[in-house]
Amino acid sequence: MKTFRIGGVHPAENKLSAGKKIEPMALPKQAVFPLSQHIGAPAVACVAKGDMVKVGTKIADAGGFVSAAIFSSVSGKVAKIDSIIDASGYRKPAIFIDVIGDEWEEIIDRSEELVTECALEPAEIVAKIKDAGIVGMGGACFPTHVKLTPPPGSKAECVIINAVECEPYLTADHQLMLEKPEQILVGVSLLMKAVNVTKGYIGIENNKPDAIALMKEKAAKYPNIEIVPLKVQYPQGGEKQLIDAVIGRQVPNPPAIPIAVGAVVQNVGTAYAVYEAVIKNKPLFERVVTVTGKALANPSNLLTRMGTPMSMLIEAAGGMPENTGKIIGGGPMMGKALLNAEVPICKGSSGVLLMTEEESVRGKEQNCIRCAKCVGACPMGLEPYLLAKLGEYSDWERAENEDIMTCIECGCCTFTCPSNRPLLDWIRLAKNTVGGIIRERNMKK
Amino acid sequence: MNTILVAVMVLGATALVLAGVLFVVSKKFAVKEDPRVGQVAEVLPQANCGGCGFPGCAGFADACVKAGSLDGLLCPVGGQAVMTQVAEILGLSAGAAEPKVAVVRCNGTCEHRPRTVVYDGAVSCKIAHATGCGETGCAYGCLGCGDCVKACQFDAIRMNPETGLPEVDADKCTACGACVKACPRMIIELRNKGRNGRRMVVLCVNKDKGALTRKACEVGCIGCSKCQKVCPFEAITIANNLAYIDYEKCKLCRKCEDECPQHSIVAVNFPVRKPKPAPEAEAPKAAEAPKATEAPEATQKS
Repeated sequence: MKTFRIGGVHPAENKLSAGKKIEPMALPKQAVFPLSQHIGAPAVACVAKGDMVKVGTKIADAGGFVSAAIFSSVSGKVAKIDSIIDASGYRKPAIFIDVIGDEWEEIIDRSEELVTECALEPAEIVAKIKDAGIVGMGGACFPTHVKLTPPPGSKAECVIINAVECEPYLTADHQLMLEKPEQILVGVSLLMKAVNVTKGYIGIENNKPDAIALMKEKAAKYPNIEIVPLKVQYPQGGEKQLIDAVIGRQVPNPPAIPIAVGAVVQNVGTAYAVYEAVIKNKPLFERVVTVTGKALANPSNLLTRMGTPMSMLIEAAGGMPENTGKIIGGGPMMGKALLNAEVPICKGSSGVLLMTEEESVRGKEQNCIRCAKCVGACPMGLEPYLLAKLGEYSDWERAENEDIMTCIECGCCTFTCPSNRPLLDWIRLAKNTVGGIIRERNMKK
Repeated sequence: MNTILVAVMVLGATALVLAGVLFVVSKKFAVKEDPRVGQVAEVLPQANCGGCGFPGCAGFADACVKAGSLDGLLCPVGGQAVMTQVAEILGLSAGAAEPKVAVVRCNGTCEHRPRTVVYDGAVSCKIAHATGCGETGCAYGCLGCGDCVKACQFDAIRMNPETGLPEVDADKCTACGACVKACPRMIIELRNKGRNGRRMVVLCVNKDKGALTRKACEVGCIGCSKCQKVCPFEAITIANNLAYIDYEKCKLCRKCEDECPQHSIVAVNFPVRKPKPAPEAEAPKAAEAPKATEAPEATQKS
């Protein structure tokens, strides 16, 4: 079975919510939309206090090319434009909307009917995706239209769909594939058309045999789309790991991007959002979120409107267990501990994970014993123990020479360290600093 | 016997030739260095802290010798005494330098600023700062991981386990600025030591609006500008919901301290006030408990 070449780990899967039907969440009383839900420039609010909005009304324009518009997920009145603590841990500007009823924009086609034909030109598809504010739904939130616009001189050869869901606990993508396989396949063919390629792959890890079987059956009608079962290995959902696993090509070090080897990688959730945006005129304002945790009464997959506070999802899944130690936004490997449960669901919120007190304790940090487990686990072939030390000693120049910018922050090194060293914390610090230095240098040129 | 003789002769001849070469090279390529650079370097403290802005003491000595006047050149570690010596060697006059000290502009002790979450990542303010606003609701205040303590070469800054804040030992602090650079939240500032070590400081850097600040910290500056109005010397400016006292203009009249509703303005090293209503005496006590109540000479560490 295929997988990527170097490194990787296999954490306990804990897919507690697997097989749970996607259930629609109740509407919140107030929805909150942070203006920076994506990588790139923050969106610019285009509504003011007191404005009435419907479901699907644009409330913020993209703040640049690498940016995305934001749409209201509820109907009601704009209460204020203020700030809220988001997943970054800081107060960020956000639009607050008081919910009144549930009135949708007329342009949105709410029928369940499957439409497979699309007469649009590639450029029109990309424009529609851009106008729907779609970003990568895997968690990194890179604006999708940017990925579908290859830089001059590069040519896409295939579209690879990331349906790996290698993060433990999360099952949102898995469940989406079981319930909306045909819509996803139409979305994939739209993406293929948008970048003008004839080959598409959907990579699925083989811990989801039902999804693989179902997708294979449905994909029989699409000769250009191939379902690729993959061996379970974290971080297979990383763009570069997935390309390596599926088509056996290795992306060169940054600043090269996947298009350098002819691949455009999109998440399976993004493919579904593309289907809804292009065929049904429905902008991105809801997504499937996995709410899970060992102490949670009823781990579930919830179809959630953006802007719903996480506390509501936790209530819907059986309420906050008493011994909750941490609330993680995303999966346990790459997710982030949140400051409180009022953080709203954003475009990239794939999961809410409640860890018990016992689980969330970090082990006592000890000295590095040079066992090189982190080196073996690093999927990018780096030396994490060294990079972490360079970060600790602020040796940015050497960190850059040791290819720190190729780090994908997957956390395999920290996961595997027997001395419980916070390797990724230091590496991320060094990576951000070196990234800043490089940007500054490029600006001067 | 013969072999030994040959060896001695060959090696001896080689040594002589090479000695000649070395002699010629040393004369021909000799770098003429101003002898005063060495002399100046000798009087410098050799801490190589970089506080002067030059790479180490040798770099600073070189800069002093090359410069026409000593204005703007200051060894913060040696201070005025060393600069006078340097001026003597160079035959220049030393610029008058006001001694400075690092001031931690945060008074968010455990008492004043409730902890709402627990940070358990790597012990580094820089990392904690990148992860989120920290253990309290204040996104501007001290994170308490001690990056400034690690940066200090002079053992002048220590964490106080009771308050969770770093404390500067004014006698040891050389104002080299290492802690200022180390702090990711720019809380530490170099301020004039002031007469008898007395200074008026706004111990807060929170730029949030008043209501948010008040929620996060009992002694946070809310930018109400009462102090600005009461200041007779126009030493106080308000920007981004935050007051700042210009130490050049401040005449230490303490009017702002009485006016501040949040007790964010703290008078350091002043003698205890004569019996007056309680609230005024409380503020300095809470801020720098050991120092404010004692005379400055009495703060020597054992």
